[in-house]
Amino acid sequence: MKAKHQRLTLTLLAVAALIGAALLAMSALKDQAAYFYTPSDAARDHVAPGRAVRLGGMVTKGSIKKLPDGVTITFLVTDNAATVPVRFSGIVPALFKEGSGVVADGRFDASGLFVADQILAKHDERYMPPQVAGAMHKSGSLEADEKAKAR
Amino acid sequence: MIAEAGLVALWLGAALCALQLVLVVLALKTPFVLSEVEAREASAPPAARPSTSLRTNGEGNEAGETWRALSSAIRPVAVAQGLLTCLAFALLILLFVRVDLSVLLVAQNDHSEKPFLYRFAASWGNHEGSMLMWVSILSIAGAAVAVLERRLNERTLVATLGGQAAIGLGFYAFLLFASNPFARLTPPAMEGQGLNPLLQDPGLAFHPPTLYLGYVGLSVAFSFAIGALVTRDVGPAFARAMRPWVLGAWIFLTIGITAGSYWAYYELGWGGWWFWDPVENASLMPWLAATALLHSVTVLATRDGLRAWTVMLGVVAFSMSMVGTFLVRSGILTSVHAFAVDPRRGSFLLALLALYIGGALALFALRVGTVREGSRFDALSREGSLVLNNLLLTVILGIVLVGTLYPLILEGVTGEKLSVGPPYFNSAAGPLALILGVVMVAGPLMRWRREEVKPLLRRLAPAAALVLIALVVIKVTAPAIGILPLLGLGLSFGIMLGSIEPLIGRNLRRTPLFTWGMVIAHFGIGVALAGMACDSAFTAERLVAASVGDRVQVGPWQVTLKAVTPGFGPNWTSMDATLEAARGGAPVTLLPQARYYWAPPTETSESAILTAWNGQLYTVLGSQAEDGRWQLRLWWKPFVTLIWAGGGLVALGGALALIGRVLRERRSAKNREATA
Amino acid sequence: MSAAPSPARRPWLLWVPLIGFILLATIFIIGLRKPDDPTITSKMIGRPMPAFALPAATSGVDGLTSADLATGTPHLVNIFASWCVPCAGEAPQLEILAKNKVPIVGIAIRDRPDDVAGFLARYGNPYARIGSDTTSKVQIAIGSSGVPETFVVDGKGVIRMQKIGPIMPEDLPGVQAALEAAR
Repeated sequence: MKAKHQRLTLTLLAVAALIGAALLAMSALKDQAAYFYTPSDAARDHVAPGRAVRLGGMVTKGSIKKLPDGVTITFLVTDNAATVPVRFSGIVPALFKEGSGVVADGRFDASGLFVADQILAKHDERYMPPQVAGAMHKSGSLEADEKAKAR
Repeated sequence: MIAEAGLVALWLGAALCALQLVLVVLALKTPFVLSEVEAREASAPPAARPSTSLRTNGEGNEAGETWRALSSAIRPVAVAQGLLTCLAFALLILLFVRVDLSVLLVAQNDHSEKPFLYRFAASWGNHEGSMLMWVSILSIAGAAVAVLERRLNERTLVATLGGQAAIGLGFYAFLLFASNPFARLTPPAMEGQGLNPLLQDPGLAFHPPTLYLGYVGLSVAFSFAIGALVTRDVGPAFARAMRPWVLGAWIFLTIGITAGSYWAYYELGWGGWWFWDPVENASLMPWLAATALLHSVTVLATRDGLRAWTVMLGVVAFSMSMVGTFLVRSGILTSVHAFAVDPRRGSFLLALLALYIGGALALFALRVGTVREGSRFDALSREGSLVLNNLLLTVILGIVLVGTLYPLILEGVTGEKLSVGPPYFNSAAGPLALILGVVMVAGPLMRWRREEVKPLLRRLAPAAALVLIALVVIKVTAPAIGILPLLGLGLSFGIMLGSIEPLIGRNLRRTPLFTWGMVIAHFGIGVALAGMACDSAFTAERLVAASVGDRVQVGPWQVTLKAVTPGFGPNWTSMDATLEAARGGAPVTLLPQARYYWAPPTETSESAILTAWNGQLYTVLGSQAEDGRWQLRLWWKPFVTLIWAGGGLVALGGALALIGRVLRERRSAKNREATA
Repeated sequence: MSAAPSPARRPWLLWVPLIGFILLATIFIIGLRKPDDPTITSKMIGRPMPAFALPAATSGVDGLTSADLATGTPHLVNIFASWCVPCAGEAPQLEILAKNKVPIVGIAIRDRPDDVAGFLARYGNPYARIGSDTTSKVQIAIGSSGVPETFVVDGKGVIRMQKIGPIMPEDLPGVQAALEAAR
């Protein structure tokens, strides 16, 4: 192999490797990226069970139920158009409460229950997950508002 | 007055930096041309003091005089600049320790009730202070090159110092115009706003400085690459001069990433040691590039191959540091490491990025074609394996970069939002990392130029056999193990055995220090890989609501909740759980806390960790349920400590290699002087 | 610098890294132009107010329904809360607007009647009506992500502008101009 050819081979190898990396990354992204869903998105797109996704919406008033084991909770996440039941085992962040926004990482099971591995909340009074506030507009009008008691 | 003095020191440093750049440009403009033959000689180690190795091409001595005058002025300027920025940084630390609330940055990030260590560390726990640290390290690195570098051809060294000054100038401008750390606050605040409680940890005193030494240390490699392109002097001598700097930066990066990982592990209370957070990736990418550079520099120094590639990696490594800094500081990616975000800052940094990286890559494209072809080698050789190592590291780097930026690209193009998490990185980069591990075992066992297949296979046989046995044993004892942890754990045994094989059959007392360094670093990779695989395969987790007196089983441990009591610290109150953990022997007490800080108001959970010889018991206290039970999250993580022990070994190996290289250079310089 | 460069035979390959970097920088520019921060603008701008009916936030004020915002005149809809410090900071600016005969309605977020009353007593009451949104439901529906925020709604009830954060003195001309434009 002549030196010139070797340099060409090496350069082409490097370029090929980078293209390979890009293709590999893209194919992995197709399977593994956690897309952000609102309950209405999830109802419309039928997310495959077991795929890692991010669910965002509001915790329905009065829906948080503590299971007897003391560490598992179930609650409903809504965007005022559709509602998804969620189960989460773990230590919930301090700002997780009914009637406020929530973002949960996890996956749907076969029955349509969303099993969350992690609940995200930021320590910030002004904070609402941007994806939630942004996504909520897609879901049309509000139902008549509940006669909720003031905090 | 301290703040004003600091600002003056910064301006003076910036002025000297500009002067340094001007001197370099003037010096390089002096007519001084080497013929081809002389260029070859000049790239060999100069036989004597650099100033006498100057040869002018018959332009007369006048040009030589000008050159000497200019180039001898550059070093003192570089040193003075380094001292001034250090002074500025020391003054900022003084302001923080004294809690001078008439300085805006101190009022925003400091608090008089904080312990001394955190007042000290708070000076770099914020955007402006950490940028000042960045500039200080940058100019110190320049000064160190000016003082210590004696091997490089003088002209290339001058060009290198010019590159360092050019980088410095932009960051001085960024500091003085877009993030002045010494801005005053009138009237002074009554009390500081404190520091994010997550940062109130001894880890903060340690983690950013080491990481920054690594990040910015790579700027030296960048400047070397620029210098070599300007003077068209890319050869073994250049590689030998550059190698210690790359090694030094890489050691600090390794320590910084390892320490940061452990800090996140015990501070966040999530039981994980790596989250693929954008900021973690921002530190990993320069490390990957620097690791590739480290190996390609060795090829260039030993065999005079991979010339253009090494120069490009030199540019890429520091570029990755700058890209990482940009990603963190501009706020275009959200992350747990939130610095105060200011879009103007992002634009400023992006302009610097475009100037430096774009400029360097353009210079590369224009100039590297004129760099002579390096020497050839066979595919099956140590060189071939190092090329493969570089390709794999580059591909992994590309995968991490794409994964980090993908949410940004997608939102820019389609408006869709998504997050790319661990599953992507593990599935895309994991297999490649394992292949890299195999190459890492085989490479050092090969000869430089050519290797025959059969003897190589014979040398590889013990490690391969061990891997096979390990795979079978693990699969039989833990059939449920995932494929990546299984392969990782099996391979880690092979790496540990294979990496010490270069020492077998040698006289250990006469083995050079840098070979020891390589062996220990590679062994450390194997150790860390074993820790990672064990953690993901064998971790036992229990999440329970426990009343006082309850007993919980996690892994081999019996954990009893003894009591929950209120506690308090200098700037927080807390609920403290008392846990007793036992596995047959005497019980050990653990005290996990849920803390409530009041400046700024935040809740954190302080994990309590029990380290045993074969792993760690990791405990976190959650909130209280209505029925009075307390949430407890317990992990038993077998051999998780190997992750950081391995990282430490890798850094230690790097340190030994650095010492070995420097000593050898000294000896050969002495020998040359003796024979001259 | 006069070493005769040997002609590079594959110059295009050498430009690949630079081209790659230019792509990267382009992504960064796009990213910088829309920073990923929690203050997001509402996607409801240019669209009609969603239908809602909120009870009065405290005694002595009227509640708020979406019908109140489609009366032919433009309104300012101010999202506020008694527990929010910047909201107190924008009160003087709202007073100025109210003096200039701008119809302002408020939506109190996650608030108690007594607290709202205290807030009005302390910082003045520029509001024609104040609805109480204890669940943040209406707030989310109109695309507000925090307090304080202010929307300009035209006479047909279509959202025309969103101001995130407190209205400061320097913002007044812009708010006035948006109101004029909504006529």
